[in-house]
Amino acid sequence: MSETLKKQSSKFRLELLNITKQYPGCLANDQICMNLMPGEIHALLGENGAGKSTLVKTIYGVVAPDSGQIIWDGHEVDIKSPSKARDLGIGMVFQHFSLFETLTVSQNIELCLSPEQLSSIGDLAGRIQELSKTYDLQVDPTRYVHSLSIGERQRVEIMRCLVQSVKLLILDEPTSVLTPQEVAGLFDVLRKLSKEGCSIMFISHKLHEVTEICHKATILRGGKLVGTCSPAEETPATIAKMMVGDLAEQDAGYTKATGEHIIFSAIGLNLPAKHPFGTSLKDIQFDMRKGEILGIAGVAGNGQEELMSIISGEDNRTVNNAITLDGKDISTLNAGKRRKMGLAYVPEERLGRGAVPDMSLSENTLLTHSSGFVSKGLVNWNAVKQYAKALINDYSVKCHGEFSEAKSLSGGNLQKFIMGREIGQNPKVLICAHPTWGVDVGAALAIHQALLELRDQGAAILLISEDIDELFLLADRMSAICNGHLSPVVRTEETTIDQIGQWMAGTFIESNPSSQEVNA
Amino acid sequence: MDIDLITQILFAAVKTGTPLLFVALGEVICEKTGVLNLGQEGMMLMGAVVGFMAAYGSGNAGIGIIGAMLIGSAMSLIFGFLVLHLGANQVATGLALTIFGTGLSAFIGSSVVGHTIPGFQPMHIPGLSELPIVGKALFSHDPLVYLAVVMAFLVSYVANRTRLGLTIKAVGENPHAANAIGIKVLRVRYLAVMFGGAMAGLGGAYMSLVYTPMWVENMTAGRGWIALALVVFASWRVGNIVLGAYLFGVASIMHLVLQGMGWSISPNLLAMLPYVATIVVMVLISADQFKEKLLAPRSLGKPFDPRQMA
Amino acid sequence: MIRVQARTEQSTLMAFASPVLAIVLTLIFGSILFSALDKDPVQALHVLLIMPLSDAYNISEMFVKMGPLLLCAVGLSLCYRANMWNIGAEGQLLAGALGGSAMALQFVDSNSVFALPLTLLAGVVSGMLWAAIPTFLKLNFNSNLILTTIMLNYIALYLLIWAVHGPLRDPQGFGFPESALFSDATLLPVLTDQGRVHLGVVFASVFALVAWLILSKTHLGFKIRVYGSDAPAALYAGFSSKAISWFVMLFAGGLAGLAGVSEVAGPIGQLTPVVSPGYGYAAIIVAYLGRLHPAGAIVASIFLAILYMGGDLAQIEMGIPIAVVGMFQGVLLFFLLACDFFIRYRLVSTRDQVA
Repeated sequence: MSETLKKQSSKFRLELLNITKQYPGCLANDQICMNLMPGEIHALLGENGAGKSTLVKTIYGVVAPDSGQIIWDGHEVDIKSPSKARDLGIGMVFQHFSLFETLTVSQNIELCLSPEQLSSIGDLAGRIQELSKTYDLQVDPTRYVHSLSIGERQRVEIMRCLVQSVKLLILDEPTSVLTPQEVAGLFDVLRKLSKEGCSIMFISHKLHEVTEICHKATILRGGKLVGTCSPAEETPATIAKMMVGDLAEQDAGYTKATGEHIIFSAIGLNLPAKHPFGTSLKDIQFDMRKGEILGIAGVAGNGQEELMSIISGEDNRTVNNAITLDGKDISTLNAGKRRKMGLAYVPEERLGRGAVPDMSLSENTLLTHSSGFVSKGLVNWNAVKQYAKALINDYSVKCHGEFSEAKSLSGGNLQKFIMGREIGQNPKVLICAHPTWGVDVGAALAIHQALLELRDQGAAILLISEDIDELFLLADRMSAICNGHLSPVVRTEETTIDQIGQWMAGTFIESNPSSQEVNA
Repeated sequence: MDIDLITQILFAAVKTGTPLLFVALGEVICEKTGVLNLGQEGMMLMGAVVGFMAAYGSGNAGIGIIGAMLIGSAMSLIFGFLVLHLGANQVATGLALTIFGTGLSAFIGSSVVGHTIPGFQPMHIPGLSELPIVGKALFSHDPLVYLAVVMAFLVSYVANRTRLGLTIKAVGENPHAANAIGIKVLRVRYLAVMFGGAMAGLGGAYMSLVYTPMWVENMTAGRGWIALALVVFASWRVGNIVLGAYLFGVASIMHLVLQGMGWSISPNLLAMLPYVATIVVMVLISADQFKEKLLAPRSLGKPFDPRQMA
Repeated sequence: MIRVQARTEQSTLMAFASPVLAIVLTLIFGSILFSALDKDPVQALHVLLIMPLSDAYNISEMFVKMGPLLLCAVGLSLCYRANMWNIGAEGQLLAGALGGSAMALQFVDSNSVFALPLTLLAGVVSGMLWAAIPTFLKLNFNSNLILTTIMLNYIALYLLIWAVHGPLRDPQGFGFPESALFSDATLLPVLTDQGRVHLGVVFASVFALVAWLILSKTHLGFKIRVYGSDAPAALYAGFSSKAISWFVMLFAGGLAGLAGVSEVAGPIGQLTPVVSPGYGYAAIIVAYLGRLHPAGAIVASIFLAILYMGGDLAQIEMGIPIAVVGMFQGVLLFFLLACDFFIRYRLVSTRDQVA
C-alpha cells in the first residue's frame, strides 16, 4: 500500500477492502469495498440475500471473511470475535434480537461487558439511567426482557451498545419491527448519535427511510457491490432500480374489490395465552367476505401468531360458537377437519411448519393436500409425484425436481410452492401470514398476482403482515392488531398509513390498560 | 415408632439421598446450559467401579474419589464431543453413554467383585453431633455427606449470584444470541458437561466406597435416572434438588419404616417404591405445562452448531 | 488443509454406509482392546463373529436371540420415527412375559387348542398395557416419556421377580423361584429338528414387513414420519398427535410383549426371574443401526444376535467376561452417531475450494 493511500484512509473510521465470503453454493460477499466517515449515517441497501447481513456480521466479528482487509481508524484489524469488535468500539443491533428473555435489562447489558469495562463503568444502573435521559431511551433496568414490547427491546439493544461508548453502531433492519411512530423516535436517537461523531451503518430495504436520514448509501446485489450514492440526490425510484436491477417491475396499484357474502366470522374471541411469553386474545371480532382481502397490520408479537393458530385449528382449545365458516360452527374442529371444509393456510414459518425440511416436495405436497391421493389409508405416491411436478411447473418453483428436499429451496421458491399447494385446494378461505417476507422481488410479484387471482375467483383472504406498504397494496379492507386487541375494520381507500400506524400502537383500545407496554 | 428407629431412618435417608444429590447437582448445571445428558447412569457406574478399584489398589478412599471424578468427566467428554462437535442427537448419545458405561463397568469390574475396602470414617461435627436424634441422624456422617451439602451451596451461589451463572443461563436460553455477543457457547457447554460427568462419577463412587461399600455389577440400580428425574421435579432449582434428593432417600428406605411399623410386605414389591414415587411426583409436577415451559432452559436438548451461523 | 462443510442435501450414500463403517470401527476398537488384554484379537473376533454361524445349532441359537431383538426394534423404530422416546421395550417385554405366563399357567394340564393363542394374546395385551401407562401420562400429564418408561422397566422387573417368588411360583418346585413348566399345548412350535428356533422369529419377520408397509405405503405411516420429523408441521397439517402417539406406543408395546411371551413360551418354557439379557435395551441399538427402518432392523438384529452368541462363546472359549457384549453395544452406537455426522457434512480440502 502506498504512503498516500495510507494517509487518505486514516480519516475514515472504517474501511473495507475486497471482503469476500463464500458459503456452500453461494458467494455471499464478492470483493466488497466501502468506507465510512465519523458521524456518517450510511445505508446498506439490497434485496434479501444480497449479502448485507453477512457483511455486517463480518464487521462485528461473527463471521470470518475468506479474504479481504478491514481498516479501523487507519489500522488494519483482524476482528476475530464480537468481543474484539466491542473493544474497538463497534456495536450492533441485530434483526432478531440477541437479548435473553429470562434475564433482566441490566443483566443483559452486563453480559455484554468485559469485567474491565464493567469496573470502569462502576455503577451500571446509574449509567443506564443517565443514558436513557440523554438519548430519550426509556427502559427500566430491573425489568425482565420477556415483559418488554418489541420497541422497548430494541432500546435495550441500542443501550447495550451505548454503555460502552460506541464509535460505530450497526443496525440490521431496525425499522421492520416498529410502528411508524416508533421509527420517528429511533431516527431522533440516530441523528443525535451522528452529531456526536458516532458512525452509523443502517441496513434497510425501505427506501423512503433511507432518503430521510442517510448521508450515503451502498447498494449490494447478489453479493456484489453495484453502486454508491448520496440518497439526498436520488429518488426512491432510482435507488430501487440499482437494488433490483432493470428487469424488475414494481408492483403497480391494484384494483380494490368489494365482497358481499360473509363467509367467515369470528365473534368475540377471548383466549388466554398458551405460552408464558405469549399474548392473550381479547374480544376479537371480524368478518371475511367472498372475493375480498382483509389485511391485518401489526408489530410482531401482538397476538398474530395466537390469532392464526386459533383460526386454523392448530390451537385446539375450545371457543364455542366463536368461529363460523360458511355459516357452520367450526370452533371445535381440529386443523385437518377445518381444512376439509375449505380453510387453507400459509403460515409464517415456511420451513419447519409450512413444509417439513427433510422431506421431498412430493411428500410436502401430501402434507396438506391428501384428497384424491389417499384411498383406504393407502397413498398413491405416483399421483402425488405427478401433482407435485405440475405445481413446480405452474408456479415456476426453482428446484431439481419433485424429489428435492424442502430445505434445499430458497425462501422465495419454497413460498411459491406452499402458496401453490394451498391455492391448489380451491379454498373458500385462505389465511396468509407474511407472504413475501424474505422473498425476492420477482417471487413477491408472482405471489401477489396469485393472491389477487384467488380473490377474484371468489375466495376470502386474510392477510397478516408487518409490511404496511404491502397491506395497502393488496388489502381491500384493513385493521390492526395490538396486544391481543383488534382495531375496527375500515376500507383501505378510506384510511391512511398514519391512522393504521396509530392503531398498531393501540390508540383504539378504549380504556387502554396496556399503554405502558406498547408505548408508541 | 421409637426414637431409635426415627434416628435410624433419618440417618439412612440422608445417606441414600447423597449420591442422588451429587449427580443431580452436576446434571442441573449441564441442563442449564441447554445440554441434556442421559448418560448419568453409565457415568455413575464407571465412577463406582473406577473409584472402587483406585481405592482398593491404593488403599486410600480419597484417591478413589479423585479417580471416579476423573473417569466421570472423561466419559462425559465422549458425550460432549459427539453432541457438541458432531451435532449428534443428545437423547441417543446419552443412551449410548449409559449402555457403554454399564457394559464397560461390568467388564473391568469383574476382577474386583467380592472385595472390600476400608471406606470413610464418620466425621462427628463437634457440638452438633451430641444433640438428641438429629445429632446422630444428621451430624455423624462420613465427610462426603457434608461435601454434598457444601457443593449444593456452591452450585446455588454460582448459578444465581455470579457472572458465570448469568453466562450459563444465557447459553441455555439462547445459544445463538450468546454466540452473537461473544460468549464461547461450546466452551461453556463442554465445561458444564464435564462438571456433570465429574459429579456423576462422584455419586457413583459414593455408592461403591461408602454406601455398600463394595462393587457389584449394575449396583446403581437406576439412581442415575432418578437423579435426572429429580432435576425436572426441582424445576432446575438447586434448593428443590436438595429437598428432593433427601425425600427420595426416605422413599428408598421405606421398607425400614414399614418394617418398623410392623407391616410385612414382600421386599420385591417395596423395591419398586422409589421408581413408583418418581413417576407419581413427575406426574404431579409436570402436569402444569405452563410452568414447566417457563422454567426449563429453553434450548434444552437442541443442538447448537456455530458452523451454521450465516 | 481439510475442513468441514455442510452438505446442501443429506447424503443417502452415507446413511447406508454409516452403519457399516460403525461396525468396522467397533471391530477395530475390539481388536485393540483384546490385544491390550493379551488375548489374540484374530481368535477373539473369530469366536465373537464367525463361530456363532459355524454350525446348524449355533445358527439356530442365533435366530432364537434375533426374534426378541427384532420384535422390540421394529416397534422402537416406529416410536423413534414419531419422536416418541420409548426406552421401555425391556419393561414391556417383561410385562408380556409375566402376563403370558399368568395365562399359560391356567393351561398347565390342558391340551386345549386355545392355550397357545390365548397365552400369546395375554402377552401382547400385557405389553400394550405396560406401554399405555407412560403414553397416557405423557399425553395427559405432560410427563417425560424417557423417564417414565425407564422407571417402568425397573417396576416390571421387580413385579416379575415378586410374581415368580410369590403367586406364580410352582407349588411343587421345592421353593425355587420358578413357575411350573408350561404344557406342550402352550409352547411355541419349534421350526427345525435341531435346536430351539421357534415361531417367534417368524412373527418378528412378519411384523417387520408389516411395519415397513405401514411406513412406506400408508397415510398413517406418512403422518408418523411427519410428526417425528417436524411436529409443528404435523400440527399445521391437522394430524392428530394423540392418535399417532397411541398407535406407535401400543404397536411397540404389543410387539415387545409378544417378544416376552415368546421367550417364556419358547426357549425357556416357564417363567424364571431372568427372562431377558437386556433385549429391550439392545433393541434401541438395533433400531438405530437399522436406520429406524424395519428392513434395516432385520439386518441389524442379526448382527446383534451374533454378538450375543459370540459373547457367550467368548466366555466359554477364551474366558472373556460376558459384559464385553454390553460394552461393544455402547461403542457401536457411539461410532454410529459419529459416522452419521457425515450424512450432514463432508470434508473438503480448502485448496479445492479456491480452484
